[in-house]
Amino acid sequence: MSHDYDMPDTVSAAEASASGSLDGDYDDAAGYYTPGTPLVDTKAPDAPVAERWQTRKFEARLVNPSNRRKLSIIIVGTGLAGASAAATLGEAGYNVKSFCYQDSPRRAHSIAAQGGINAAKNYKEDGDSVHRLFYDTVKGGDYRSRESNVYRLAEVSANIIDQCVAQGVPFAREYGGLLDNRSFGGVQVSRTFYARGQTGQQLLIGAYQALERQVAAGTVTTYTRHEMLELIVVDDKARGIIARDMVTGAVETHLADVVVLASGGYGNVFYLSTNAMGCNVTAAWRAHRKGAYMANPCFTQIHPTCIPVSGEHQSKLTLMSESLRNDGRIWVPKSQADCEKDPRDIPEDDRDYFLERIYPSFGNLVPRDIASRAAKYMCDEGRGVGPKVDGVRRGVYLDFAAAIERLGRDGVEEKYDNLLDMYERITGENPYEVPMRIYPAVHYVMGGLWVDYDLQSTIPGLFVTGEANFSDHGANRLGASALMQGLADGYFVLPHTIRDYLADGPFEAISEDHPAVVEARESVQGRIDHFLSVNGTRSVDSYHRELGNIMWEYCGMERTETGLKKAIDLIRSLKDDFYRNVKVLGTAESLNQSLEKAGRVADFFELGELMCIDALNRRESCGGHFRGESQTEDGEALRHDDGYAYVAAWEWAGEEADPVLHKEDLVYTAIEMKQRSYK
Amino acid sequence: MNLTLKIWRQPDAESAGAMHTYQLSDVSPDMSFLEMLDVLNEQLNDKGEDPIAFDSDCREGICGACGLMINGDAHGPEVTTTCQLHMRSFTDGETITIEPWRSDAFPVLKDLVVDRSAFDRIIQQGGFISVNTGSAPEAHSVPVPRDDAMRAFNVATCIGCGACVAACPNGSASLFMGAKITHLGELPQGQPERDSRVVNMVAQHDHEGFGGCTNIGACTAACPKEIPLDVISQLNKDLRTAIKHGH
Repeated sequence: MSHDYDMPDTVSAAEASASGSLDGDYDDAAGYYTPGTPLVDTKAPDAPVAERWQTRKFEARLVNPSNRRKLSIIIVGTGLAGASAAATLGEAGYNVKSFCYQDSPRRAHSIAAQGGINAAKNYKEDGDSVHRLFYDTVKGGDYRSRESNVYRLAEVSANIIDQCVAQGVPFAREYGGLLDNRSFGGVQVSRTFYARGQTGQQLLIGAYQALERQVAAGTVTTYTRHEMLELIVVDDKARGIIARDMVTGAVETHLADVVVLASGGYGNVFYLSTNAMGCNVTAAWRAHRKGAYMANPCFTQIHPTCIPVSGEHQSKLTLMSESLRNDGRIWVPKSQADCEKDPRDIPEDDRDYFLERIYPSFGNLVPRDIASRAAKYMCDEGRGVGPKVDGVRRGVYLDFAAAIERLGRDGVEEKYDNLLDMYERITGENPYEVPMRIYPAVHYVMGGLWVDYDLQSTIPGLFVTGEANFSDHGANRLGASALMQGLADGYFVLPHTIRDYLADGPFEAISEDHPAVVEARESVQGRIDHFLSVNGTRSVDSYHRELGNIMWEYCGMERTETGLKKAIDLIRSLKDDFYRNVKVLGTAESLNQSLEKAGRVADFFELGELMCIDALNRRESCGGHFRGESQTEDGEALRHDDGYAYVAAWEWAGEEADPVLHKEDLVYTAIEMKQRSYK
Repeated sequence: MNLTLKIWRQPDAESAGAMHTYQLSDVSPDMSFLEMLDVLNEQLNDKGEDPIAFDSDCREGICGACGLMINGDAHGPEVTTTCQLHMRSFTDGETITIEPWRSDAFPVLKDLVVDRSAFDRIIQQGGFISVNTGSAPEAHSVPVPRDDAMRAFNVATCIGCGACVAACPNGSASLFMGAKITHLGELPQGQPERDSRVVNMVAQHDHEGFGGCTNIGACTAACPKEIPLDVISQLNKDLRTAIKHGH
């Protein structure tokens, strides 16, 4: 705890991509999908963007306080989006059931977010405003997010800070006792509120405490160590979930008037990511199979500065702040022969500072996607450093020697000590003496279940919040915006929009014997029984690792038509093998972690295939999605607004059928689509 | 590295448990402790033996899910969480004893997995500030002296892992509770409920079967977030004040 509050500024804005015209009629994903009808959001009022939310809040019907306790709400997930919604809806008097797979709601992975939370408070009087935060977020998302939702996000951002401060969230403060802000993610205003490098933890604990307060008040019941394994849909409405008690193994039926998924992102489809071990797509994917469309699933955010894989045993990756690129120089040896050498023995002339060489004006501060891809290319060429994993060295040096010379060791310590300490703890190498090694890793997914302005999915009565939905970040997410979105959805958006749906309730009571409920329960039981009965030869983890390798290779930093088609074939045959040859020991009626993982990996196979199809269809580069076929002469991302300014929302059509593509056109009334001017 | 592992195996909460011995070879010093257990589990799975159950989630030291008694120390020999402990902290040929958290208030569910829901119930009794969504005043309406905010933050970094309880000879959760009392008590927003908070949380703590503080300090030594011992002084002081106020 020796570090002060101050964290260094972060570099590299998520910039808009260059944009160009398509040179032909492409349908790369032909044969893998069925075209569907267009999709429109019908809930955003037809008003100027700045008035839409006020209008919607007024138009959304109210529920009489005395009726609220008769209305039941299931919320899956207790991260920022889930815990905040559960607390708020509990306070409003609804009957809330909150589910999480962890042993306590406080452990949801929002807790690991480091950087901060954006809000348009304009405390620095530096020209920030709701409109500017809106503009930056849409531009950062490379014009692939929905204008109405993003504007609202910016609009409610200031309320979040008020709420959190009142809850006792210990944000960084200035000497005068007022809140401190910093500039983050390359934007030109200081609008990021932070609590050292543990902002997510502090915000989540605030939401968790508000949730536990409602547990004591009797409005919220928590179901910890419970995993949602199926959605119950009755008469086309979401009416509950099937959940497994992960301690006793009991398959339980939970019915309600409405279901909210706040189940987070699916970055673990790549096996290695900065997500927690348990993060998974199952809740969202089960809903998808029941009729909720999955939107832009291929939009993945990859961070360039993570600690590299150290061996085949690697279970997860750790992010380090990108601020390291402010002072560190990135290089690999010029010659493959030097890759095994101690980097300190490689003379200056034999080092390739490749970012400085290829991008002389931006150097080490090129945007994230470019930095990530360049590192990959170096390693693909065989010039990576660090241990060989699966035959390839995947790492590049991030060298502080020049910074130490310039700023002195004390100067570097002051700015980066906590990060460098973390690096040393994990790798056992002292970064003040040996250059650090870094490599990109999957960090966040912008894709998710499609929702309208009310955050309602294509299944009536199923709402989706936080990272689990798709709406706010487009093709790339700005730093410090994930926390903002999670809390905006849970505290200030969903509680207003859900009441319009609940105003029609309470809905007709359904019994556990209803055929749709029985079907859901039996399908869960059937899957569990299947996994335990295969008794094959390979562990669940070994399949997950192989799937992750396929996704990382072909649907990671650079995607191409050939690669994606190959990946789809590989995933299909691996999935086939999984169902015939997986080995899950133990019983269904006990705590069985292999069984839990088997269900999650089974769903990752199907998601992975859809991500590849989505990436194949989108023959443009935008945000975190880079198609090799769509780049400028300088290797920059090239967007095609004429062909792809739409949300790709995929409908499940059955195990043997191709998914159906519904397009929601993106219309901007308040801003103009711009492109990156790189030169 | 080659290791001998002595690990607590217990099929469920009702059954008796016992230590089992496993040999593990080719352990890389760069593995985290939990990755070492992952490798062992892969081998057990291959042999048709039930893998060892243990909790972990973020594996970056912040969620508080993991926690093992390693050679008798909560989270092992370093001041960090079990997930951030690496095998380079051990030596080739070593015998490592691995047990679940030791506490009556944290019953074992299976192998190394324990039930820490008592912590949630303590928080339910007052570990919050009562402010409904939407009713908060403007954030800058109440300045907070920077030092107070810093102290609040420093103790709010508690991850609720339970190492303090596991390390305590009397199984006390005073450090956990004191961290929350101090976090909220340092802030102006936490004042209105300050008395009732401490009284109710302490009552719940005792009800859960945690022991009283015996001033040993093993809790703070084991704490991966280095929560200082003086939060317990703050806890006791706040309790005394609350009683004086008639609670």
